[in-house]
Amino acid sequence: MTSPTTVAGLEAAGGLELGPGRLADPRVAKAIELVWHEATLLDAKEYEAWERLWTVDGKYIIPIDPETEDFETHLNMVYDDARMRRMRVTRLVEGYSMSAVAAARTARTISRFTVAELDEESVTLRSAQVLVGFKREKHLLLAADLTHRIRFTDAGALIDLKVVRLVNSDGAVTASGFLL
Amino acid sequence: MTTTPVETGRNFAALAGTDRVAGQLYTDPGIFEQELEKIFYRTWVWVAHESEIPEAGSFKMATIGRQPVIVNRDRKGNFNVLLNRCRHRGASVCEVPKGKANGFTCPYHSWSYSLEGQLRGIPYPEGYEGVVEKKDMPLQRLRVESYAGMIFASFNHDIEPLEDFLGDAKIWIDRFMKQGAGYPIKVQGEHRFRFDGNWKIQLENTTDGYHFPIVHRSWMASVDAETADMLSFMTDEKAVTHALGNGHSVAIMVPEHVDLAEDDGTEDLQERFGHIIEELSQTMPPEQVRRIVRSMHGAGFNLNLFPNVAMSMSFFRVLRPVSVNETEIQHLALGLEGGPESVNRERLRIHEHFQGPFGFGTPDDSEAWDRVQRGAYGNQEMPILVNRGLGREEITEEGWKTSHVTDESGMREAYAQWKRMMSND
Repeated sequence: MTSPTTVAGLEAAGGLELGPGRLADPRVAKAIELVWHEATLLDAKEYEAWERLWTVDGKYIIPIDPETEDFETHLNMVYDDARMRRMRVTRLVEGYSMSAVAAARTARTISRFTVAELDEESVTLRSAQVLVGFKREKHLLLAADLTHRIRFTDAGALIDLKVVRLVNSDGAVTASGFLL
Repeated sequence: MTTTPVETGRNFAALAGTDRVAGQLYTDPGIFEQELEKIFYRTWVWVAHESEIPEAGSFKMATIGRQPVIVNRDRKGNFNVLLNRCRHRGASVCEVPKGKANGFTCPYHSWSYSLEGQLRGIPYPEGYEGVVEKKDMPLQRLRVESYAGMIFASFNHDIEPLEDFLGDAKIWIDRFMKQGAGYPIKVQGEHRFRFDGNWKIQLENTTDGYHFPIVHRSWMASVDAETADMLSFMTDEKAVTHALGNGHSVAIMVPEHVDLAEDDGTEDLQERFGHIIEELSQTMPPEQVRRIVRSMHGAGFNLNLFPNVAMSMSFFRVLRPVSVNETEIQHLALGLEGGPESVNRERLRIHEHFQGPFGFGTPDDSEAWDRVQRGAYGNQEMPILVNRGLGREEITEEGWKTSHVTDESGMREAYAQWKRMMSND
């Protein structure tokens, strides 16, 4: 089979979305850099620095239903606005949560980037994340499809939306003292 | 003492005392195997809420012990619980967690079964002439009964009626359902997670008021003052646990919300629900608004039904023993069928805040239970204590052993039932 050569052809093929060449776009490069920076902060459990990466209206979501886009009317694992994020960070850093204190060490890799949307103000990236954790003699593995909408503001590039679709979202997910 | 039957192995019942149990109960694989046979394959086990299978043909998969079952509603409106195992060569006939179907067809050789489990079709039937009669090969049917929408099944067709088994727990099931505020209760979604520990650790936890302000300190710190105050039961004398018989118990954390239909009007509605009060007040009388909003956190108690389900304030907790040191938990979020959308959304957000693998409560519970399992391997002869409050336990006029909600009356009740069921007598 020959490869499609037009953007429309690629979209029809369902793979590369906005097509080749986008990863070289400086806005996209900046967005990817932010996504990787975010991953570094989460692995380091630098939650207060992580909280500063978000827009005021930013939503952080780990859905259960693999299909839904309507997170509001569905049960999620995480459905955070700025207020919930603030409380979540407090919980993770203040030392009263025994699961956060004893959280697994994690290393996550994010790759397979594609560009879903691109304009002057924002970039929407899709990617795959593989997280490996280790706690008390056991490794754990969490794989997910990610969507990040990165908004370029006067304060720099910020996360405006992050959706983490775990491949086992509707199965049993190990309760965790860390963030995805 | 009777002779130990060969097929059931050692008699473990003696390992449970009235106020302490041996650590082995969490760690011995032999005990676990007997628990499956003597408890999970013999008593009533919760499998579904009727809202999960709302129409004719609706089904869901469930598991009792290790055995896969299908729960469905047939065209007559009856509930069926069928072993999810083809009569031919044993393949599961359904691997869709939930949905609608006219029947179930085995993917291996296409033997097909009705919703009631009758074998309907065998491809190329000439090979079975004089060998197999379809009427002799239905899917194995379990006994099924329901109470107030809670569907239970049993492999034991001679078991007592469900209502007898539930006994006084029925009073509390009825009270629990009042959080619907006039609407039927529905399941809105579920969290599912596993922890590395024995199933009885979770069973105990549902009536363990003692751990709440310690394990859930970070959750308490994150909620509004009114909600934190509502759950400040440590020194509230009216917050009690009743042992209800047959292993069931109820832990009352919010005494003023035991019966949500009773409202003397003195309780201030929580400020956090201001936007909902405002919205509902446009179309509903004030009493109805109060009823719905006072029910937002659910009933004021956790009802623990032996062995596998709890009706816990605003959700159902379902446990499934996977192995001696692994347990799967589901937390089913509840809402109001046909009720105001904003109320159901708010209930989802409340549920997410505490429950689930990334909630503010569940991960800390899970960590505590993992620690119990790890510690219990140390000196397995050393007892696990469930004697808190023994000195202040009283019997109510209903005949319920009762102590403070931070005491362990509910656990003692569960272990008394465990002991009865594990006995070889």
